[in-house]
Amino acid sequence: MEKTVNQKAWFLVLPVLLLVAFSAVIPLMTVVNYAFQDTFGNNVFFWAGLSWFEELIESDRMWAALGRQAIFSAIILAIEIPLGIFVALNMPKKGFWASFCLVLMSLPLLIPWNVVGTIWQIFGRVDIGLLGYTLDKLGISYNYTQDFYAAWITVIVMDVWHWTSLVALLAYAGLQSIPDAYYQAAKIDQASRWNVFRYIELPKMAGVLMIAILLRFMDSFMIYTEPFVVTGGGPGNATTFLSIDLVKMALGQFDLGPAAAFSLMYFLVILLISWVFYTVMTNLDKREG
Amino acid sequence: MADMTVNQSAARSKAAVKVNTRAIVMGIYLLFLLLPIYWLINMSLKTNTEILSSFSLWPRDLTFQNYATILTDPSWYMGYVNSLIYVVMNTVISIVVALPAAYAFSRYSFMGDKHLFFWLLTNRMAPPAVFALPFFQLYSSVGLFDTHIAVALAHCLFNVPLAVWILEGFMRGVPKEIDETAYIDGYSFGRFFIKIFTPLIASGVGVAAFFCFMFSWVELLLSRTLTSVEAKPIAATMTRTVSASGMDWGVLAAAGVLTIVPGALVIYFVRNYIAKGFALGRV
Repeated sequence: MEKTVNQKAWFLVLPVLLLVAFSAVIPLMTVVNYAFQDTFGNNVFFWAGLSWFEELIESDRMWAALGRQAIFSAIILAIEIPLGIFVALNMPKKGFWASFCLVLMSLPLLIPWNVVGTIWQIFGRVDIGLLGYTLDKLGISYNYTQDFYAAWITVIVMDVWHWTSLVALLAYAGLQSIPDAYYQAAKIDQASRWNVFRYIELPKMAGVLMIAILLRFMDSFMIYTEPFVVTGGGPGNATTFLSIDLVKMALGQFDLGPAAAFSLMYFLVILLISWVFYTVMTNLDKREG
Repeated sequence: MADMTVNQSAARSKAAVKVNTRAIVMGIYLLFLLLPIYWLINMSLKTNTEILSSFSLWPRDLTFQNYATILTDPSWYMGYVNSLIYVVMNTVISIVVALPAAYAFSRYSFMGDKHLFFWLLTNRMAPPAVFALPFFQLYSSVGLFDTHIAVALAHCLFNVPLAVWILEGFMRGVPKEIDETAYIDGYSFGRFFIKIFTPLIASGVGVAAFFCFMFSWVELLLSRTLTSVEAKPIAATMTRTVSASGMDWGVLAAAGVLTIVPGALVIYFVRNYIAKGFALGRV
């Protein structure tokens, strides 16, 4: 759509600007303050320069958390994206069953994150949970509070359970936008199922899939509540992801300097991904418009 | 002729097999999604002794006592009331400020519009963990700690950008000629916006409101950090029960089921918009 140049439009944006500035810029400035200063208490601060950042870069703890986070996000994407596409391809196209699937699939997306944690905490327990009990009876030792692998598998399966539907729904929306004529043409050419997927469906889904990948990456990158409720970051530090580590540092130990430096680096990563996301979105708009 | 019939029936049985594999895949997937939820509901209908002493796939000794506990004990049900108060506040604030802004983004270009739009996105993407401590200090210093409005304002961090992006996505679908015709007919901006434009994008407002509601409802970290007693949300009430010894699994499960209810109630009406909402109005 052609847009008219109108500087007065700023007045319409002003409330949003003020509100978001209040809830984003002021807190962020506090973080910046702490990141470059040190204190001996009593609200007396002095300049610390880059020492917090140096400390952070040298600390094993941050790198370990970052490593776990990267592995977690990679596994999540590797499972959820193909699985989501697969589910979307198998969803009914219209009618009662389409609505039926849509409603049931959306359900996990709308459950509060801490309840998602609670559900899996109960579901995985050996004494009272269906999953844990079944595995135990099958003779598989499974204890997500003690065992490293069990904890990881639980957290990953939980995330797959929680978010695969989102990928599927996005892919489904992409599939719905393909005109029937494309499939008819493919039929006349006697294209195989794989070729239909590779040359018709996948290119048409590319835009929404990019959105899905970025959203899943972002949200898994700042995951906090679900693993916190289920494992509390344990056993040991096995499932302590970036956000969990940061909250431990900032609110648990009140290490303001390192936590602030940590936050800033975290935020830079997010900024980078947001920029990619924005570019993808605007390109998508251009292609449509 | 006979050949054709054979071919047709072969094709038909092949089609039947195809439909069946689809149904089986969806069946398995939906089973995977629903089983944990079923288990939670199952737990919530058992007594605590039954949960701990025996293992059964359905409640043998059906009881609604867990729900009764929550609905009669103020320390439980006030959690829901508090959550609802700040969630509704947040939704109203977000939509009211986002409507004019989204209109400006969809209709006009002005200095710095693209940067501003991008900056809003970064706030939607910002990790709450980064903001937990600064929010705590900010709201403590202005005396808003442990109030509903503090949580409502804090959640504006991600909900206002979300609402702006979603609404903008809907508004760009409305042809500009409508605006121009209305102005020629002598409508002022305010009257046009309220009388003509807002009804046109009513479904967009509904979707945006739903997503603001949901994202505020599911968030735990910020709402827990900013409250202690007076405005304690249900999510925090639940985690505190988890950490206490002698856990009452039945009540915990019942509390969990009750938090799913608001989403489950409206899910049917927004089913076609779920993907659009999560993708910020861009699908």
